[in-house]
Amino acid sequence: MRKSLLALAAGLLLAGSVSAASAADKLKVGFIYLGPIGDLGWTYQHDVGRQALVKELGDKIETTYLENVPEGPDAERAIEQLVRAGNKLIFTTSFGYMDPTLKVAKKYPNVHFEHSTGYKRDKNMSTYSAKWYQGRYIQGLIAAKMSKSGVLGYIGSFPIPEVVSGINATILAAQTINPNIKVKIIWANTWFDPGKEADAAKALIDQGADVIMQHTDSPAAMQIASERGKLAFGQDSEMIKFGPKTQLTSILDTWGPYYIDRVKAELAGTWKSEDTWGGLDSHMFAMAPYTNMPDDVKKMAEDAQAAITAGKLHPFKCPIVAQDGKTVECKGGANLDDGQILGMNFYVKGIDDKLPGK
Amino acid sequence: MQLVLEKRAERSNTIALVSPLIAIGLTIVTMTILFAILGKNPLLALHAYFVAPLTDSYSLQEIAVKATPLVMIAIGLSLCYLANAWNIGAEGQFLIGAVAGSWIAVKTQGTDAGAWVLPAMLVLAAAAGALYALIPAICKVKFGASEILTSLMLVYVADLFLDYLVRGPWRDPHGFNFPTTAEFDPVATVPLLIEGGRLHLGSIIALLVVAAAAILLGRTIKGFEIRVVGAAPRAARFGGFNANQLIILTFAVSGALAGLAGIIEVAGPVGHLQPGISPGYGFTAIIVAFLGRLNPLGILIAGLFLALTFIGGEQAQIAMKIPLDVTKVFQGILLFYVLACDSLILYRFKLVFPNRQVARGTG
Repeated sequence: MRKSLLALAAGLLLAGSVSAASAADKLKVGFIYLGPIGDLGWTYQHDVGRQALVKELGDKIETTYLENVPEGPDAERAIEQLVRAGNKLIFTTSFGYMDPTLKVAKKYPNVHFEHSTGYKRDKNMSTYSAKWYQGRYIQGLIAAKMSKSGVLGYIGSFPIPEVVSGINATILAAQTINPNIKVKIIWANTWFDPGKEADAAKALIDQGADVIMQHTDSPAAMQIASERGKLAFGQDSEMIKFGPKTQLTSILDTWGPYYIDRVKAELAGTWKSEDTWGGLDSHMFAMAPYTNMPDDVKKMAEDAQAAITAGKLHPFKCPIVAQDGKTVECKGGANLDDGQILGMNFYVKGIDDKLPGK
Repeated sequence: MQLVLEKRAERSNTIALVSPLIAIGLTIVTMTILFAILGKNPLLALHAYFVAPLTDSYSLQEIAVKATPLVMIAIGLSLCYLANAWNIGAEGQFLIGAVAGSWIAVKTQGTDAGAWVLPAMLVLAAAAGALYALIPAICKVKFGASEILTSLMLVYVADLFLDYLVRGPWRDPHGFNFPTTAEFDPVATVPLLIEGGRLHLGSIIALLVVAAAAILLGRTIKGFEIRVVGAAPRAARFGGFNANQLIILTFAVSGALAGLAGIIEVAGPVGHLQPGISPGYGFTAIIVAFLGRLNPLGILIAGLFLALTFIGGEQAQIAMKIPLDVTKVFQGILLFYVLACDSLILYRFKLVFPNRQVARGTG
């Protein structure tokens, strides 16, 4: 009985893959999205990248996406559905898809996978991410200059290294302008929940913050800051239309060039599993225009951006002193090394808060 | 002329049987119109939703995998609801079960612990789920606290407790501080039924649970008690049935089943403990319980059907680029029609002609 079931399953699997192969005239490229494509933040920017890809290579490829895929047991199925629909290169665009992507990748060695913001790789699974902490550093400089109260408000998503390194980069930069700068941090424990994000922004402003920064994906905080006449930074995408007098700048995820590169490699048969962690110099992200600030602050921000791009300025330049007063071991010569930043799990000195889970 | 709903003298068994079919028919008609407006071929779209997922072994497995936790939780909830005990917190009991079972998996990780690990995880998860469900049940019986509110609020407590564990003590030491435990060892993993597939032992357990519930409700005194206490509390009191005792019992059973579903999901399809292990199973199961009319077999069908709409929705998104929102509209319309048609079991339409009646003031 068991044998016949197995045979039946194998037969069906084979039949499925054969029909999928013969139908593939164009290269099929799939995307798994965490939010709705209309979130105007993280997922929206990935979809903008996908559209750039279609514009560039639309005659050679066909793209498909699944949106609103939760980072739980459903993810593995969603990824496998894309494989079974004949997609040969699949981008899974959130950290929580790491293990599901790896599982599916092991099952389908002839399909290539690209996982965003994770650290597990395989022969047919690459990872890609951006050094957003560089942009956070620039924001920290601007925030310290623009804040009258000396209190910054920070909406965190989850206390994972990417977010923690962003907070640290912000504060390290701000301290170079105002050594007594304070930051209030609220953990929203979500990537996308406009209601919660708006509440967090209100609470931060009520606690005296006059510059709001966020690591969550919706423009809700921008709208609240705008209503209350405060300043704010956008996140992931251009949010200036939600706060024309509010947005100072925004870290813009620009996935398009990367997607085009990888698909071109796939088309040429030169795709290899890689670990891409690009910064301002490799255009993995960009800064939105510097607005709502005096010219000297704008100049300072542009100079910092140029210095970081040229590799002259590193946000995590040693010595780095942790919250507990101990100097962090400097593994990267003059700076912390990539591993220390990718696994960052401490606050730097000057943050008057406790890292959850510590 | 006026169309009014009139209460039937007794429930119509014919309608009870055909109402789901009417509901599905109306849904198909509505969706056909909607697909046509969207410029999609309605036949192809309906095929992608309803037929395509049933035609290959992979999708059938996925439907079973998706339905497994829904059915297990919904069976437990149906016992509560039949006994007039309103457990809304199955989501929390699911999470606590997952946490309790994972405790053994985490503590035995990397040791040479034997085959006892998985059974111990299942038992502990069920026990923890039951105990967690007893909190609102005891508050209800002893203090008269609304079990709807207390069980719901305990969902958030469970959620944050799990969150704390995977961000703190149980975090994978080699995981770059990301909030997840390490992958469970093979002895702590629910075995697959088909090699290379995703169908796992949990689906068999779910079927056993359905059978056990059917026997309990149909063939035992306890089952009869549950139904009488819910349907006719006064009669139950005269019959000497103890409603409070039943609240405790049904909450414990439904908590145990939710907890079991939790650990099966974690030790099965997910493979480790992390936040977001449940895309709202505990709440969706409430819909499954009512869609299945609180009947074990009905719940099995409802669970499979809801799973079908999820899988079909994904395939429609891939094959026809139909947005996810349309799938949600589709599920919403379906539930709407099911509930609407169910009202015809107890009510019927009647045309009223005011001019033939004596005016009653409001006309």
